Amino acid sequence: MTAAEITNIVMMQGFAGLSLFSVLLLMGLGLAIIFGQMGVINMAHGEFMTIGAYTIFLCSSLTQSYAPGFMPYYFFFAIIAAFILAFAFGWLAEWALIRHLYRRPLDTLLATWGLSLGMQQAFRSTFGAKEVSPTVPDWLLGSWMPHEGLDIPINGMFVMGLTLLVTGGVFLMLYRSRWGLRVRATVANRTMANAIGINTRKTDRMTFAIGCGIAGVAGAAFTTIGSTGPTSGSLYIVDAFLVVTFGGAASLLGTVASAFGIAQTQSVSEFFMTGSMAKVLTLLLIISILMIRPQGLFAAKVRR
Amino acid sequence: MTRLRTWLTSSDLAGIAVLALVIVVVLPLSLDIFRLNLVGKYLSYAFVAVGLVMLWGYGGILSLGQGVFFGLGGYAMAMFLKLEASDPESTKIQSTPGIPDFMDWNQLTQLPIWWEPFRHLPVALIAMLVVPAILAFIVGFAMFKRRVGGVYFAIITQAVALVLTVLIIGQQGYTGGVNGITDLKTMLGWDIRNDSAKYILYFATCALLIGAIFLCRWVQKTKLGTLLLAMRDKEDRVRFSGYDVANFKVFVFCLAAMLCGLGGALFVLQVGFMSASFVGIVPSIEMVIYAAVGGRMSLVGAVYGALLVNFGKTFFSESFPQLWLFLMAALFIGVVMAFPNGLAGLYNDYVKPRLLRKREPHSKPPEEQKPLPAASAHPPPVGWNPSVPRPRTDAKGVGPAAA
Repeated sequence: MTAAEITNIVMMQGFAGLSLFSVLLLMGLGLAIIFGQMGVINMAHGEFMTIGAYTIFLCSSLTQSYAPGFMPYYFFFAIIAAFILAFAFGWLAEWALIRHLYRRPLDTLLATWGLSLGMQQAFRSTFGAKEVSPTVPDWLLGSWMPHEGLDIPINGMFVMGLTLLVTGGVFLMLYRSRWGLRVRATVANRTMANAIGINTRKTDRMTFAIGCGIAGVAGAAFTTIGSTGPTSGSLYIVDAFLVVTFGGAASLLGTVASAFGIAQTQSVSEFFMTGSMAKVLTLLLIISILMIRPQGLFAAKVRR
Repeated sequence: MTRLRTWLTSSDLAGIAVLALVIVVVLPLSLDIFRLNLVGKYLSYAFVAVGLVMLWGYGGILSLGQGVFFGLGGYAMAMFLKLEASDPESTKIQSTPGIPDFMDWNQLTQLPIWWEPFRHLPVALIAMLVVPAILAFIVGFAMFKRRVGGVYFAIITQAVALVLTVLIIGQQGYTGGVNGITDLKTMLGWDIRNDSAKYILYFATCALLIGAIFLCRWVQKTKLGTLLLAMRDKEDRVRFSGYDVANFKVFVFCLAAMLCGLGGALFVLQVGFMSASFVGIVPSIEMVIYAAVGGRMSLVGAVYGALLVNFGKTFFSESFPQLWLFLMAALFIGVVMAFPNGLAGLYNDYVKPRLLRKREPHSKPPEEQKPLPAASAHPPPVGWNPSVPRPRTDAKGVGPAAA
């Protein structure tokens, strides 16, 4: 094996890790807002991602049959549509379900699990039990080959770019906007926030819906990597929760760091053992670290 | 007898007696052996539900990993039965006779060392209880000592369930993978597949289940049970009173785990196989709904909950497979939103007062007149009562970063 080949392997392995990192981060971001900031355990988070994925599928089939010339560009609009749709459903779910359960976190968990079951069956009844995948624009296919023996898939880069964009957006919104200020005030001290005139109920609903919308964008991005089925959301849910918990629930930076750590651990260990054993190893590592340091990597410096 | 009366009120006894009547007399007389075997399977889930009443209803700890313990108990039993079923005589067509068939398919030529002890029934029986308890002890000790609770505990136990599932499926050669451990035939030469064996196993399950209920009832009535309730509602006050809260939590978690293990072993004996699909995240959460439907505070209710949900599952997935998940969704949401105390809560709120009113002119049973202990009293305990506001900071449980 020559030095160039080794560099290639290292580069591609590194890219695989980065790609997994952006997938995990994108999954975790919506949850970091809902679970990390609001403390709501939304077990239906994966299904909100699936809503986004099915939106892309719908948009792609609609574009294909009515405006084939628009195909190369539809994806951007479809992502926005995915956000809006997931946002709307999130708004609805908060109004119908979550707002009654803020004081009973464990019950929220069960109720949202029920919600996720219902949504899965709704997907199955609407789109069929088979997995579907949208027709991805041509420019998303193929791979980029800077030189011989090194190829980097374009869809991976796309997801990475989108992740950067969304993460930046969430940071800006949480730390630079009025809404972010209200959210952080509500998280820090609900009663006081109420007293100074913040409508905490409205803030809650908005926050939940934005978290769901981001989940929709994540689901939309994943259609470029894999196909979508009624239950594909449930595959992500534990990972997403672990990313957020491991990072330290209230810290957005922690979510980024933990997604990076988990992704690198998994992709490096995948190089040495089978995929399932790598997954087991990674999960065990996370669990043991969480047992030793339950507050996660980046804990808020608050005396409890 | 007087000591017995102190922890077993007559209404408790009546509840357990009715349950015993239903499962030991009514169901065997009215169902054929195939259906009865199904009921036996549901009753083995009821062990998990009873454990969850102790853990979740009394201790306030929600574990989403009960399937892990159920699976460990089940696999312990299945490994013993599998080794007995694969003696060299009946496996002589394999390239390596005398090892379980799935190992042979996966090119193993020798029994792994950690399978060896499971040749003996006592080892399997001990492992079925001790392995879940040890795992529960490790997880519980690490988490409760660091005051992790509530949501975080639920998520981590769920992750444990995921780990075990991935491990079992990934290590096909050692565990049977997705198909699991199948073709179990005899236990110490006793054929467990024929009808008479199924009857015997069914009644054994009933007896053990009622025993388990008595055991849990006893724990509830001791000081420990009172402490558990107190911890659930105001953990800090119990801690400030000088109790080591974590130890009680670890104990109740281990108790629930052992009940799960027992249930898993009985499940294997009656169903005849074990696979990873009873271990993972989805079955573990379904087990929680058994307890929730039955009433998270009622041991007897949990058994009815397990029976009802599983009857519903079998019935609907046979006749209206489309509807089942919607119904399940409605069940989850409905129980949480409208009936937080489940069937037992409905009984206590609507049926019991009427029964009492009818009986009043004749006799006044003293136990039922005085206010019931907090355990079974119907105003739901503070933690679960939507009309009593709790500070929002509690919403994060005892977990980290309640900032």
